[in-house]
Amino acid sequence: MLFPGDLAFDETRLRWQCRRGMLELDLMLETFVEKRYAGLPIKTKKAFHQLLKCQDQFLLDYLMGQDIPTDKDVADVAKQVRDAAGPGD
Amino acid sequence: MSIENLERRKFDTLVIGAGGGGLRAALQLAEADTHVAVVSKVFPTRSHTVAAQGGMNAALANVLPDNWHWHMYDTIKGSDYLGDQDAIEYMCRSAAHLVYELEHQGVPFSRMDSGKIYQRPFGGQSQNFGGEQAARTCAAADRTGHAILHTLYQQNIRAKTHFFDEYFAIDLIKDKDGFILGALVLEIETGEPLLIEAKTTLLATGGAGQLFRTNTNAHINTGDGLAMSLRAGIPLQDMEFFQFHPTGIAGKGMLITEGARGEGGYLVNKDGERFMERYAPHAKDLASRDVVSRAIAIEVREGRGCGPNADHVMLKLDHLGRDVLYKRLPGICDLCKTFMHIDPAEESIPVFPTAHYTMGGIPTNRYGQVVVPVDQGEESIPGLYAVGECACVSVHGANRLGGNSLLDIVVFGRAAGNDIKKYLKENRHHRQIDEESVEQALVHLKRWDESDGNGSETVHGLRAELQKAMEDYCSVFRTEEILQQGLEKVLDLEKRMKNVRITDHSKVFNTARIEAMELENLVDLAVATVKSALERKESRGAHSRMDYPDRDDVSWLKHSLYYKEGHRMDYKPVTLKPISVDTFPPKPRVY
Repeated sequence: MLFPGDLAFDETRLRWQCRRGMLELDLMLETFVEKRYAGLPIKTKKAFHQLLKCQDQFLLDYLMGQDIPTDKDVADVAKQVRDAAGPGD
Repeated sequence: MSIENLERRKFDTLVIGAGGGGLRAALQLAEADTHVAVVSKVFPTRSHTVAAQGGMNAALANVLPDNWHWHMYDTIKGSDYLGDQDAIEYMCRSAAHLVYELEHQGVPFSRMDSGKIYQRPFGGQSQNFGGEQAARTCAAADRTGHAILHTLYQQNIRAKTHFFDEYFAIDLIKDKDGFILGALVLEIETGEPLLIEAKTTLLATGGAGQLFRTNTNAHINTGDGLAMSLRAGIPLQDMEFFQFHPTGIAGKGMLITEGARGEGGYLVNKDGERFMERYAPHAKDLASRDVVSRAIAIEVREGRGCGPNADHVMLKLDHLGRDVLYKRLPGICDLCKTFMHIDPAEESIPVFPTAHYTMGGIPTNRYGQVVVPVDQGEESIPGLYAVGECACVSVHGANRLGGNSLLDIVVFGRAAGNDIKKYLKENRHHRQIDEESVEQALVHLKRWDESDGNGSETVHGLRAELQKAMEDYCSVFRTEEILQQGLEKVLDLEKRMKNVRITDHSKVFNTARIEAMELENLVDLAVATVKSALERKESRGAHSRMDYPDRDDVSWLKHSLYYKEGHRMDYKPVTLKPISVDTFPPKPRVY
């Protein structure tokens, strides 16, 4: 049995949580999940799930580098998402 | 899941879609103590309304002189006279009141030093019926859609609207007398279907930008409500009218604002030629959106595209200098660096026309009632409403003006809410559910549960082919021959849908199944769009035919209606008579 808050629970929802209201977010988040997520340490995975809880406009600011999340781990993973985006997706 | 074990819930009103239109209607109802449910396939504040940056038009006259009648004129002219003038009058008259109402509900509109709401000028706005530029767009900085969506969501929570988050709507339930009685939906988390019985159902599922390979829309915009209507026997109106923006990032879709060309940027083909000089010798790169879009499409079609697949042109900005670029176009610089790993101060940006807004949709009147032709007139479908981008009321006609889409959703969301309240007073009891219709919806769902994995097509493969076909055969470059080829392509894809396989039959968050049903919806809408475009033999607004370059008011001042059954077309007149003022008769649309 999985419970909200467990990483395993969050992972079943992961792809759907990356469906957002803006194309920019869809492209960045889906690319990151496809290319990078599986190889992340648990701490970074948890930070990514925290990041996904942000409202779309704030998330866009974080991922476009126009603002920085206050939590350092979340800020680090936001930068990783931004770095993973690119022309070849 | 058998029909006997199917979980069922009952509400007065079911709202499908939690963008601004759905939430505004739900709020109107919940505040009147209506038992209202909102079903959304993503968390409500992740709906596409959140992406609307520009603002909302209303003739407040805070910055420059203005009145609703000028706004009405601009909207009708912008629609290339295909908009229904009664609905447009209603929208423009309501606008100021609804801006103040949103402000009182919590939307932080930007203000001037005087304390009044700031208004910015947008394209297509004029004073005194085509005179000087007007300033009509109210904005909450550059995140108006976000502010409106969050405000409406919070107001709905306060009003105790019941939310079904992450539920996917499969089919409308209809009885033998034509009443809509709710919908079968699927809980994405558990994979279990749920029947929501409702006295009234409102579709507010947004547009279908995902029809095209290059588009500005979020991935959720798959036109689900439009396709549900088609399956319920309801026609779609004016589907040939799709708004494109000339400069989207090639292969990605995000907008590069016209401001880039306004600052001195220009387009070049693979030979480095500044090709807009050939198409628009005076305006060049600042010609209107449709002219620039078509020029890009022609360059690519005639083999002068750039890149390994020769499928885009380049937008040159590097000659403007780094200081100018980063000062005046910082957003574009960020976009290019993030998504293309390109510094526009050093390299050109690959661009291609990008699909932006669905003007067509489910035919409605200004009360949000879904209407269909009957004999010489039309009748509403009892219990069914639609608002927002999925609806065609029609206030945008052949071309939408900037700032009118957020206005559309709040005006007609509220209007539909009010009409539903009246309907509920006259229809106090739930009608007997039509079990045959429920069974049909369950069969539709089971098709994906029982898909054996031996099919020869994949969802992703067919979806990519569909989007490419729509881009190649039904975007900004349209002729009889190209559209005919396009129709054959999409009809072939429609046939091939039965061969689509999904290999994942798990229940919990099975996104493969959702994506398969989204693809089914897109295929139906692709046929509707190409067929409607093929039949309309004129150029009007966003529908531009190279072989019929002029608007033809004698033969084509009418709305298209496409029916799924037999891929049949019908037509109905444009409402030229406003509610209280004189008609604006069609004139050449010159800016």
